[in-house]
Amino acid sequence: MNTMTLNAGEAVPAENKATKLAAEPPSVKNQAVKKPEEIAGTVGSPFCDEAKLRMRNVNVFYGETQAIHDVSLDIGRNQVVAMIGPSGCGKSTFLRCLNRMNDTIEGCRVEGELTLDGEAIYGSKVDVVPLRARVGMVFQKPNPFPKSIYDNVAYGPKIHGIASRRAELDEVVENSLRRAGLWNEVKDRLDKPGTGLSGGQQQRLCIARAIAVNPEVILMDEPCSALDPIATARIEELIDELRENYTIAIVTHSMQQAARVSQRTAYFHLGKLVEVNDTETVFTNPQHELTEAYITGRFG
Amino acid sequence: MTDLTQSTLTQKEVRERIESRLASRHRKEKIFRGFGIASIAFGVLAVLVLFTDIISKGSSAFVQTDIQLEVTYDPAVLGIETVDQESLAWANFDGVIREALRERFPDVTGRRDKRELYSLVSTGAGFALRERLAQNPELLGKSETLWFNADDDVDTYVKSLSKSEDGFLGRTSEQKAEWIQSLRESGELEKRFNTTFFTNGDSREPEQAGIRAALVGSLFTLLVTLTLSFPIGVAAAIYLEEFAPKNRWTDLIEVNINNLAAVPSIVFGLLGLAIFINFFEMPRSAPLVGGLVLTLMTLPTIIISSRASLKSVPPSIREAAMGMGASRMQVVLHHVLPLAMPGMLTGAIIGMAQALGETAPLLMIGMVAFIVDVPGGITDPSTVLPVQIFLWADSPERAFVERTSAAIMVLLAVLITMNTCAVWLRKKLERRW
Repeated sequence: MNTMTLNAGEAVPAENKATKLAAEPPSVKNQAVKKPEEIAGTVGSPFCDEAKLRMRNVNVFYGETQAIHDVSLDIGRNQVVAMIGPSGCGKSTFLRCLNRMNDTIEGCRVEGELTLDGEAIYGSKVDVVPLRARVGMVFQKPNPFPKSIYDNVAYGPKIHGIASRRAELDEVVENSLRRAGLWNEVKDRLDKPGTGLSGGQQQRLCIARAIAVNPEVILMDEPCSALDPIATARIEELIDELRENYTIAIVTHSMQQAARVSQRTAYFHLGKLVEVNDTETVFTNPQHELTEAYITGRFG
Repeated sequence: MTDLTQSTLTQKEVRERIESRLASRHRKEKIFRGFGIASIAFGVLAVLVLFTDIISKGSSAFVQTDIQLEVTYDPAVLGIETVDQESLAWANFDGVIREALRERFPDVTGRRDKRELYSLVSTGAGFALRERLAQNPELLGKSETLWFNADDDVDTYVKSLSKSEDGFLGRTSEQKAEWIQSLRESGELEKRFNTTFFTNGDSREPEQAGIRAALVGSLFTLLVTLTLSFPIGVAAAIYLEEFAPKNRWTDLIEVNINNLAAVPSIVFGLLGLAIFINFFEMPRSAPLVGGLVLTLMTLPTIIISSRASLKSVPPSIREAAMGMGASRMQVVLHHVLPLAMPGMLTGAIIGMAQALGETAPLLMIGMVAFIVDVPGGITDPSTVLPVQIFLWADSPERAFVERTSAAIMVLLAVLITMNTCAVWLRKKLERRW
């Protein structure tokens, strides 16, 4: 893995983070809980009736170190679920289990039962290619391909054979860019490189690219952490619009963002799922003392 | 850091401490820069010395002393009546040249003097004349004025005249020098562009020796090397970097590849001799075997540089493609490979340049042979540029000294062209992300 330079305030990219967290447990100020064993089971309501994604007793290991401890959670259809928690609590790791992006990390092992519409996500017979087409992902750092804007969006439909004729592709590209709220800004320069856009535009391009294959679930790993407040607001609006058609799981460090965009919020701590509830309940009436401490800003 | 006295320093004292060390810090930086500039200057100087030496020695090889003679295609002297394949083969063209020389210097009579006179012109002149008549059979019985290559001793003497008044006579006799003077004065002896050097193969006679055969041999050898080593090297690099599991076996392979890059090239030559020639009975001295041996030698270079350029592709691009549901194959072909290509090509061209300059392993497989004919294919016997240089450097004739340097100049020109291509390709294909 090549090294990257991080600017002050920039979060550690997910791939580094995943390996890093194994090495040093997160330090948490003003807090009695030091070990995952000291956290009892999940409080609140982790399950729902119409679950799109169903996770039961998920454990994730990086080599010898356990990063996720016995997490069970449902993500309902057309619902935005926010995952919050201090750095290194395993929320990104958990998110990356849902489309098996963890497969690419050396020594990562996932146990437990994960299903998408009742079909197993993990298993020797499961092909990750169609899975990832159904469960799209938007990363922390905008990562458009070093190709034209058009090719960025058309890439998914092309490789999955969703659209092959030029006219079909044109339509898919335009629709996706419109839904990502980027069409008016880029319609005159579709052949220009996607990397030439501003940070916020790049991230919306990545969202357009993800929705171009019409996935069922979109995973977002701190999609706004590299963006300014205006671009963030634009993306949050977008998430709200996308909820009509997609199920969304979003990892965020901003509690305001979680409160604004999500219907349910899950609080992770030291690799354990501490509390899941309606977003309103979590932020107004947290049931677990750790959740309360975190959202009131006593640590984290 | 935990020193209490330091934290009790006033801001003024802190500033003074910083300033007191400032001069030494700047001095250190200057020394460091000085070292850098000195090493670059040394490198530039070395290159300058090399180039001046080679160019000053070799540039004179690009001109050749020619002598103008009026020759008559006299059937009586030639001993033929018609121009056909058979008669051309044994016609006495040397006689025609001698006749022309005798006509030019009618007062030369003695046998020894005549022999001396005949040696003004290259022994290859007769072949040139035969070629001429074969292409223009209607010339039989007629006469014309032609330029012929002078003998290498004459050439050396004439070239040395431009450096000093008396020149370097060497094996040239005083009498010969007078003839040369007379020819020069009448404009019948001139230094003209040396086309022979670029059109001929090797020869024992320096004035007839050329680099064509070696250059073509080098090109065929490189062609074989490139077509084999680039695809194999890139495929190996992609597999090792993108697909292979990281375990003890792949570690072992990696160590071996790195070791292979450091194996002396003569060992590859021995391997080629034992396997390709003795076991598979491939032809000796052929570019095919040379190319195979050089492939073995360049593979590690290409694999290592290809892996380095694959590694330098940002992981975010891979993640993005994988997140879109691209298979590993598609991730590599659509995204990683285009971004890694410039680096791979640069590595390949550097490997090729290395192969072009390689001599030792080719000696082992017989490419050190004396090759007069320009090879027509990869199985024809041939030699390569560096081996040709080696052979000429070994020859006693004085005229080979400048030809050796000239051949080095050609080799350097090819190398510089290849490296410029590498830089240009990298600039052109490099994409920002």
